[in-house]
Amino acid sequence: MAYDASNLTVQGWRRENGRVGVRNHVIILPVDDISNAACEAVANNVKGTMALPHAYGRLQFGEDLDLHFRTMIGTGANPNVAAVIVIGIEPEWTKVIVDGIAKTGKPVTGFSIEQNGDFETIRAASWTAKEYVHWATELQKEECPLTDLWVSTKCGESDTTTGLSSCPTVGNMYDKLIPNGLYGCFGETSEITGAEHICEKRGATPEASAKFMKIFQAYQDDVIFAHQTDDLSDSQPTKGNILGGLTTIEEKALGNLEKIGRDCTYIDALEPAEAPEKGRGLYFMDTSSAAAECVTLMAAAGYVVHTFPTGQGNVVGNPIVPVIKISGNPRTLRTMSEHIDVDVTGVLTREMTIDQAGDALIDMIRRTANGRATAAEALGHREFVMTKLYRSA
Amino acid sequence: MAAPQLLVHDEKDNVGVVVVEGLTANTDMLCVITHDNSDFRLTAGADIPIGHKVALKDLKEGDTVIKYGEDIGKMVGDAPKGGHVHTHNCKTKRW
Repeated sequence: MAYDASNLTVQGWRRENGRVGVRNHVIILPVDDISNAACEAVANNVKGTMALPHAYGRLQFGEDLDLHFRTMIGTGANPNVAAVIVIGIEPEWTKVIVDGIAKTGKPVTGFSIEQNGDFETIRAASWTAKEYVHWATELQKEECPLTDLWVSTKCGESDTTTGLSSCPTVGNMYDKLIPNGLYGCFGETSEITGAEHICEKRGATPEASAKFMKIFQAYQDDVIFAHQTDDLSDSQPTKGNILGGLTTIEEKALGNLEKIGRDCTYIDALEPAEAPEKGRGLYFMDTSSAAAECVTLMAAAGYVVHTFPTGQGNVVGNPIVPVIKISGNPRTLRTMSEHIDVDVTGVLTREMTIDQAGDALIDMIRRTANGRATAAEALGHREFVMTKLYRSA
Repeated sequence: MAAPQLLVHDEKDNVGVVVVEGLTANTDMLCVITHDNSDFRLTAGADIPIGHKVALKDLKEGDTVIKYGEDIGKMVGDAPKGGHVHTHNCKTKRW
């Protein structure tokens, strides 16, 4: 019988554009690396705000600059963000980002440092940030269907237990919720290497499959073959993966793909940080397999909850999106349980079915949306990492 | 059912995964195929860490290693039935 999610609801913030957020952040967003200090000063002045420092934003051009703007605008536009202060060294690129975020209808103001200096910029931005905090903290939550959430996934520090337990747990959640209207997203172009023939078949249309294969091939040609030394064995599988028992990239990829379940098909293949535009359903996104980069791109595309299977124990978090960790490795639960939200070790001992594990994850998504701090949030993991396509001018 | 020491994804697989810590050589392992929940027994040929693979039959250099019912690489050394299969004797065919 088909899974019915119609009675599952969460308390979330319905934003100006109709999207549902599960956090209510006021963020101070630097356009570029040299504006980090001013942003951090504003966040220090005004409690209840958060600066998102990062390493880039100067002298980028072409596709790389497009991705920078898309990531900045998408981060500000994310429904987990109530309001945004943007600070850049100069007004023009600052305005590009402010205007992009403003399309959502949420409050956003830009400040630039040239002709003002850090002091004057911090003073002016702090006044506005304080107004935003007062405004955002009075916003009320409302009951929303669980399937109005956008839930992304990426696994990390994988081992053979992720393919047996935590990845199929995410797959089971998607098999249940995607047909009920959830937006899903998986990526990790390099970690599909070895199972690309299987991923190709999971496209909902020939166009979606062809678009995935084009992205996959471009990655092989532009990145792997252009930069390979001997082979990828020194980084894929990673040293952590190998310690966990994974031997080949094929084995890793097959475990990785367990995250899209038995039945789900993806309706489109997205560029990094590109917002999905073909309606409800599962999407593939072209991303790095490095955890923080991937989660940052999916958050910038509008996803509000991230599900993260781990075997050996990846500790990643994100500043604006709660990252739910799922693990089935008993050694990881024994040695670093403070990082794990959903324990599925019972799958390996045959005390828990994948169906039950999927239900436990759905319950944790619901609780997280309702306000439960994830392990990564409680431990202060706020990795915000921009993807850079090539070196700056 | 008692907790298994080894899980196998698919009946076509020729390797399984150790799912307990501290597995020692000569352990009589309960092995479960997750796909259909069927089980069998196999003796561990070595101390094998959790998460690592065990040969379900004698594997020779050049043999294809099957897991998830799919080709995951080739043997570059031998592994007897019950032996450890990892980077020392198994490699991707891609590079």
